[in-house]
Amino acid sequence: MSRTTPRRRLALATGTALAGLLVVSACSTSTNDTASGSSNSSDSARATSKNDDPGKKVVIGFSGPAADHGWLAAINSSALAEAKKYSDVELKSAEGTNDANQQISQVETFINDKVDAIVLLPTDGAALTDVATKAMQAGIPVINVDREFSTPFAARTTILGDNYGMGVSAGTYACKVIKDKKIKDAVVAEIAGIDALPLTQDRSKGFKDALADCGEKVDNRVAAEFTVESGEKVASNLLQAAPKIDIIWNHDDDQGVGVKAAFDNAGRKEFTFIGGAGSANAMRWIKSGEMAATVIYPPTQAADGIRLARLIAQGKGLSDLVQLEVPKRIVLNAPVVTKDNVDQYMALGFES
Amino acid sequence: MTHQREAVTDGEKPDAGPDSGVVQVPLSGSGKARTGAAGFLLGSSVGRNLGLVVALFVLCLVGVATAGQQFASVDNGLTILRLASVIGVVSVGMTFVITGGGIDLSVGAIVALASVWSTTLATQSLARGNHWTLIILVALIVGMGCGLVNGLLIAYGRVVPFIATLAMLAAARGLAEIIAQRRTQIVSVPGFTDFFRHDVLGIPLLVIIFAVVAAIGWLVLNRTTFGRRTFAVGGNPEAARLAGINVQRHTVALYVIVGLCCGIAAVMIVARTTTGSSTHGTLYELDAIAAVVIGGTLLSGGRGTIVGTVLGVLIFTTLSNVFTQNNLSSSAQSVAKGLIIVVAVLLQQRLAARSNNGST
Repeated sequence: MSRTTPRRRLALATGTALAGLLVVSACSTSTNDTASGSSNSSDSARATSKNDDPGKKVVIGFSGPAADHGWLAAINSSALAEAKKYSDVELKSAEGTNDANQQISQVETFINDKVDAIVLLPTDGAALTDVATKAMQAGIPVINVDREFSTPFAARTTILGDNYGMGVSAGTYACKVIKDKKIKDAVVAEIAGIDALPLTQDRSKGFKDALADCGEKVDNRVAAEFTVESGEKVASNLLQAAPKIDIIWNHDDDQGVGVKAAFDNAGRKEFTFIGGAGSANAMRWIKSGEMAATVIYPPTQAADGIRLARLIAQGKGLSDLVQLEVPKRIVLNAPVVTKDNVDQYMALGFES
Repeated sequence: MTHQREAVTDGEKPDAGPDSGVVQVPLSGSGKARTGAAGFLLGSSVGRNLGLVVALFVLCLVGVATAGQQFASVDNGLTILRLASVIGVVSVGMTFVITGGGIDLSVGAIVALASVWSTTLATQSLARGNHWTLIILVALIVGMGCGLVNGLLIAYGRVVPFIATLAMLAAARGLAEIIAQRRTQIVSVPGFTDFFRHDVLGIPLLVIIFAVVAAIGWLVLNRTTFGRRTFAVGGNPEAARLAGINVQRHTVALYVIVGLCCGIAAVMIVARTTTGSSTHGTLYELDAIAAVVIGGTLLSGGRGTIVGTVLGVLIFTTLSNVFTQNNLSSSAQSVAKGLIIVVAVLLQQRLAARSNNGST
């Protein structure tokens, strides 16, 4: 993406966002159905195919990182919950680990067990590429979630959240606020996550590009560590560095609890506070007016991965697409949640 | 134990000059601490801290030069002090352990565990039913309990401090994750959060707690028998034992003190962020050790200074404030932090050597 021009990038982002939106809307409607307790197939809101009807029994292996963070915990629990909804899915879930070496042996075990599909959220995409390729060569489709492998041969389908798109969504929303409120010389601040991670860099780049589109820039930028404590610390310093702020985008709602504590402690609320990821806390703040918006980074990616794995193993396609097969690559949309649509997204909010 | 003792004796050698006046004080009877050296002692301790004062001053100058009014405001000064207060309290405790010839790698994990334990639903409903100070009590007890376990393992189990506290680091953080189920626990006990929002004469309560802890720490270390024994135990445990000090009991007490400090720090962090979390206190052990060491406390024990530790903490906190004021990246901040550790220690050694030469 970095090699394309801004205009093409925008077109690309919009394109993937639209495609993602399609998938998300298809998924979220049916998630709502099942969440409300009904799992019968005569539900009229469902896609018109018989994809959800029990089919051939499939065994799916699932491995993800240790849930040391609210978002990752939600990734794991929603994947397990999704698998339970299908009587024809047997899920083999490996214990979450942050050790690439251990995860490689988990995948090797799945290959030896001859599972029908593997859903893999790698601790590190590059480190798991080799063993995923092995699984593919053994005829087991691999569904790569969130952190991408280094070659396209390692996965049958890749499903990703859109970090760059998250930044774009936040920046576009910021531009809209600046325009609506007619703010002159807006001061924009950014509280990033761990700076060394590519995902943080992507988010920041998207934010910067979207702001540039409306002639704005990031005036103050600090980076925290995705923890409550670090969020509080950097936000306290940030508030001192900028006596007046118009827009603050905080990348991560988990660290957002600390960021918000710093705002409350300092008694500062002159700015529009935008969050990221979409935790239940953030949604509650949006409802009560303490936060303007948050940008979703879907914690349901692995759950989507489980669904896709089942479809692929059973030889089915995505019913809302004309093509018969499950797509090769799906990038989920990063929608902005505001007071207007928060009720719709509340169910997807994760507890941090 | 023996190995550690050797290390301590080695560390003592270059320090055996008049500069180590503090060390000579304890050994009951043997050392009336050279009454004539009192003035010199003052001079050398200033000399030892001078490097830090200069470093802090330079940092503030840079802050004023680059950020002007925004840096020099009262508000910003209080923010720096408040950010320094949590890690500051932990570092005061760490000063005691290191002066006593030990080390505690588990401080961050203990802070996490105490913060989580004191904010569970059970504790919170108990606190709502009785009194909000229960949260504080639980945090302090958990902190001291962990310290006690560390101390007993080290003093009576004869486990090397590095290993014993490394084990506690892993275990306490793991336990915190289990209790909290890796969730962030939000505190909703009204009395508790309200109390810590208070400030006294415009100074935030957290800063006052830090000041009180540091003052008590200074008094205990420099003006009591307990403090003198700490120097003795850290300087030469064998000699301390021969001089009639119960080294084992004293060691346990030191780890309980650092545990207590971690408990206090946990309360402060819970008050500050209104949450308990197993991610609180990440890497506190390194921050505290760095502050203690650039403060001038000898890593091998026998020499320690609370004033230096406080200055060390302030330097690091001011550094990150100055960097944020100038909108610089956190990576650059880490580089500067590394540089400061080296420069401060070098500067200190030079100044200490000069003040030695000057007076002999």
